[in-house]
Amino acid sequence: MAEKYLMKGNEALAEAAIRAGIDGYFGYPITPQSEVLEYFSKWLPRKGIAYVQAESEVSAINMVYGAGACGKRVMTSTSSPGFSLMQEGVSYIACAQIPCVLVNVQRGGPGLGTIQPSQGDYFQAVKGGGHGDYRLIVLTPNSVQEQADMVYKAFDLSEKYLNPVLILSDGALGQMMETVEFKEDYVRPEFDDSWATTGKMTNRGMNTITSLYIKPEDMEKKNFELQAKYKIIEENEVDYELCHMDDAEIGYIAYGLSSRIVKKAVDIAREQGIKVGLIRPKTVWPFPKDVIKKYSEQVKAYLSIEMSVGQMIEDVKLAIDCKIPVEHYGKTGGIVLSTEEIIEKTKDMLNKY
Amino acid sequence: MEIKGYIEVDIQKCKGCQLCATVCPKAVIGYSDKTNDKGYYYAIMVNEDCIGCGNCAIVCPDSVITAYRAAKK
Amino acid sequence: MAETITKNGQEFDVVWKKPNLQKNDMHYCPGCAHGTLEKLLQEVIDEKGIQHQIIGVSPVGCAVFAYDYMNCDMQEAAHGRACALATGIKRVMPEHAVFTIQGDGDLASIGLAETLHACNRGESIIILFYNNAIYGMTGGQMAPTTLPGQITSSSPDGRDPKLSGMPLKVANIVKEFDGTCYVTRQAANNAVNARKLKKAIEKAVDNSLNNRGTSFIELVGNCPSGWKLTPVESYKWWEENMLKYYPLGDLKTEGGIK
Repeated sequence: MAEKYLMKGNEALAEAAIRAGIDGYFGYPITPQSEVLEYFSKWLPRKGIAYVQAESEVSAINMVYGAGACGKRVMTSTSSPGFSLMQEGVSYIACAQIPCVLVNVQRGGPGLGTIQPSQGDYFQAVKGGGHGDYRLIVLTPNSVQEQADMVYKAFDLSEKYLNPVLILSDGALGQMMETVEFKEDYVRPEFDDSWATTGKMTNRGMNTITSLYIKPEDMEKKNFELQAKYKIIEENEVDYELCHMDDAEIGYIAYGLSSRIVKKAVDIAREQGIKVGLIRPKTVWPFPKDVIKKYSEQVKAYLSIEMSVGQMIEDVKLAIDCKIPVEHYGKTGGIVLSTEEIIEKTKDMLNKY
Repeated sequence: MEIKGYIEVDIQKCKGCQLCATVCPKAVIGYSDKTNDKGYYYAIMVNEDCIGCGNCAIVCPDSVITAYRAAKK
Repeated sequence: MAETITKNGQEFDVVWKKPNLQKNDMHYCPGCAHGTLEKLLQEVIDEKGIQHQIIGVSPVGCAVFAYDYMNCDMQEAAHGRACALATGIKRVMPEHAVFTIQGDGDLASIGLAETLHACNRGESIIILFYNNAIYGMTGGQMAPTTLPGQITSSSPDGRDPKLSGMPLKVANIVKEFDGTCYVTRQAANNAVNARKLKKAIEKAVDNSLNNRGTSFIELVGNCPSGWKLTPVESYKWWEENMLKYYPLGDLKTEGGIK
């Protein structure tokens, strides 16, 4: 049995990164993410691992670019306004195909917003965020345990596909304390860094890491290459969890913190004899389209539940070509969902459909 | 007749910027009548006074000049 | 040992030949000293035999294609972010020399924060700052380093210090930081200056390899196209105006955070 620790989500995330063999962390303080940076600031220098508190998020993401392009395991973390600042660098990293892990511990927006939890950065996470045709792999933990587990997975996926991987968390998951166990049998998969800038040896040509393709034909070719990679990721890396979907008449779809509250709502509804179930995306890009489509043959309607005014609902509608009704329930501004309201909404939907 | 030095110019790469001529202590470098494929009047030696100092070569932004100096006997 | 060849029965030493740059023709305009900077850097890399132990960062600006000329591993940064990339590289590859090549728009304007903080942290990187007082690649707009009264495409009546301030002397700023170990201003308008520039690059590479702190070399350069002058006219303007406002020489030769 692995040892159990009582930790904050932010700390668990940082500890998992150290255990996964991180080579460098570059970040900037912002609430409600700062514990990640603080945890690293204590442990990385003591272990002789690269750590820089950068002058800005803009700088931090570019340090990740530089170090990641040397083939090292690197990471940054931030919260919503900081992730907006990083978008320039994220776009460059996606095009230059540099493996790295990004963490957005979301808070309420837009603007300076609030420091309370939110899921308002969904579009930014799954539709690009920065300029150009690119995708991040986006993992969505819903517990402190998953905040840790998904770090190993994020590093592995980023190196497997040479693509930035985003862990889309939120202020509640970052701040809450739960017990967590760390993998004891983790082995870093083999990683070919022959493309990286490690100093030009005589047995190879020079390695250049760039996102500049000035000739339109070259840029188009690069985009096709990226799209081909994204297609493979979509075919292989979709991850989700099903809960009471077998006989559900209304299907809930919720990820991250929302999915925990929705699970509770499923239990309460079932006690009242209401047949509901939950499809919980553990990756929101690639989005679990197929399973949502499959259950659209069975359920009367879907309820997309998010801590936003309705962003993921668009992907749900796309997944089923709008063939059955999809409604949204959400809270915003840092306010957490209510199980009572979810059940009320469900009853309304059952009457309607 | 022995000479003190000479230069070779990669004429297709020369951009005719004339910086070499401005740093030559012996006024050895002039410009061609015809242009190269890029359309530049490239650097040429116009006399045999070159002393092989290499000034032209080291300042040439396009590294098109190779400079030679007579070996000491 | 100097290389020797025989021509017409006479023996010659090779005084200077092209270093191990890539074969591509440089895209720089005729007379632009950007090419001089890169070839001198490549000479230093060749002579020290450190091709395997140096990583460069090219900027956004005229040196954006430096990776098509330099013969070593290179990364291409976003506008202004070269020093952040270099920090990331150096922190995970401390045995390597790391350099950036950046123009004045990139370094002194949009990337000033990254530059100053890298210098202040004393990152053991080489910052090669090509200051020609103008945005070259973008089409000759005013830069923070543009001289008072200098006409550019975005200061058509000449830079007015009341509107835009005075030219930023970045070398003077970074020399004040404990993190910098070598701050110098060099030019490449004649052979004497080009040779001094090469010496400065040698010293800076040495500092980076030995983790002594930040080396900042400002190359006071020219921009014939942006200045709207012929190359030969630009050499004159370079000497009479640029070198007057940005005097050459070492500003600091010792330092770094101990």
